[in-house]
Amino acid sequence: MSLDVILFLVFAFIAVVSAVSLVVQTHPIASALSLVGVMGALAVLYLLLGGEFIAAAQMIVYAGAIMVLFVFVIMLLNAGAERRSISKARFAKWFGIPLFAIFVGLLSFVVQALLPKTTEVKFGNFTAAGGGEVGAVLFTRYVLPFEVTSILILVAILGAVVLARKEI
Amino acid sequence: MNYYLLALLKAAILAFVFLTALAYLQLVERKLLAHIQLRLGPYRVGPHGVWQPLADVIKLVTKEDLIPSHVNKFFYVLAPMIAVALALVSIAVIPFGPEVEVFGVRTWLQLTDLKIGILFTLAISSVGVYGVALGGWASNNKYSLLGGLRSSAQMISYELPLALAIAAPLLLVNTLSFREMANGQAGFSFGFIPNWNIFSGPFPQIIGFAVFLIAAFAETNRVPFDLPEAENELVAGFHTEYSAMKFASFFMAEYANIVTITCVATVLFLGAWHPLFPAEYGSDFVPVILLVLGGLISLYHATQPARRWDRWTFPLFGVIAFLLAALFLIPVLKPILIPLFWFLAKTGTLIFIFIWVRGTLPRFRYDQLMRFAWTFLFPVALVNLLITGLMVALFPK
Repeated sequence: MSLDVILFLVFAFIAVVSAVSLVVQTHPIASALSLVGVMGALAVLYLLLGGEFIAAAQMIVYAGAIMVLFVFVIMLLNAGAERRSISKARFAKWFGIPLFAIFVGLLSFVVQALLPKTTEVKFGNFTAAGGGEVGAVLFTRYVLPFEVTSILILVAILGAVVLARKEI
Repeated sequence: MNYYLLALLKAAILAFVFLTALAYLQLVERKLLAHIQLRLGPYRVGPHGVWQPLADVIKLVTKEDLIPSHVNKFFYVLAPMIAVALALVSIAVIPFGPEVEVFGVRTWLQLTDLKIGILFTLAISSVGVYGVALGGWASNNKYSLLGGLRSSAQMISYELPLALAIAAPLLLVNTLSFREMANGQAGFSFGFIPNWNIFSGPFPQIIGFAVFLIAAFAETNRVPFDLPEAENELVAGFHTEYSAMKFASFFMAEYANIVTITCVATVLFLGAWHPLFPAEYGSDFVPVILLVLGGLISLYHATQPARRWDRWTFPLFGVIAFLLAALFLIPVLKPILIPLFWFLAKTGTLIFIFIWVRGTLPRFRYDQLMRFAWTFLFPVALVNLLITGLMVALFPK
């Protein structure tokens, strides 16, 4: 097995375990940090594919900026662990797991049937997404979506300012 | 030579030098602060306290590793690990010198060169907030929590001017890789002004450098931005509840961040290992002259000893300085040592400024800190970036 495959398996495993832990954890801080784990593992997978710039952007924007704000707010609100109420319904107890298995099976079947024929992905094949290329495409081909997104974010900031003004 | 063997060897050397430098940086800081305040500083362990870092390490390792009963154990243990691991990673992409030949093996004085080197350091530093924030939160102590919150708010705020200040010189060198960045700043304009980004056209990055340095102080939680560990309001801030090696981890992370960010500043603005003036005017002899001067000063002080042991410690320091000066004259070592000297000189100067500021300036108040970042530093960095972009577009190299 080549090093690529081993690294892929390791980090895919970390990503899946973190994702499961994100849902299962009762404490919001633990959930938020699991999400950081998912993002970090995904960044490594991007690196394996060759998308260095995307990996760095993922770490800087998602793990570094957005999730830090999440954690910051959770700490500021001092949110405690969630109290789980265990459902006593007999139907859920007996049929829950089999029905869930059937649902996942059906879903995967439908997705597989609907998806177009996929081609094999090779490690390190996506090196064309460097900083320069992304920048050039962003300001030529995708300039309209880019500008629309920035205006959307500006509107969101203005909304937040207006909402916060009442408090002051 | 085998690629893996070479990489392992380089990593081992870098790790050894880096960790030793971190330990000694603490001694340098204590000594410098002491002399600024007209004290002597550490003086008892070895001549002039040179073995003090060693004694500190032994003390910290052998201390009882205490976990308070009221903390969130998992995150309490995890936080210092995150802090120190992330702080030690970034140094891997810093180039300390050009490609050199050692025992017939050609190699760069750099562990690895990423195409996105500068983004890598930014990513690592932005994730590094978690160590401090989590440590403060998991300690379950109101002082620690306040320290952690202050730190994360401060680091998020100052990351913006820092990133904008980094973007401007990137426009000049037109690359994200540290190695190409350093190579792009070689040479001299008019024969004597170095092509460093801080001096070179079309728009010298002096303002950008100032903004970067100020934001770097805040990013590393140093005075005058050391509110996360303001000892007269928050005991010791986020690491109040930590002791022994866990405390040492936070301490090491802080110094590692200082070293990394000064190295980044050196490569980004100060032309990495390229000398201040051309080799024709004798820039290769600067380290020799400086070391010989240092040795002579030591010997002069040895003739009029203020303390009993100065009679043999100062001649020893002098002889060591002369030996080091002789090393710089050996033709085989010259191509390795001269670039390393210039890199070390620039980084060392910046670290000295860090310590100097700590000995000089008082601490900001929290609202002043935030207002300074958002209403002054951010607009200045933005205008600097805009002007640089305009100049690069108008006068391409």
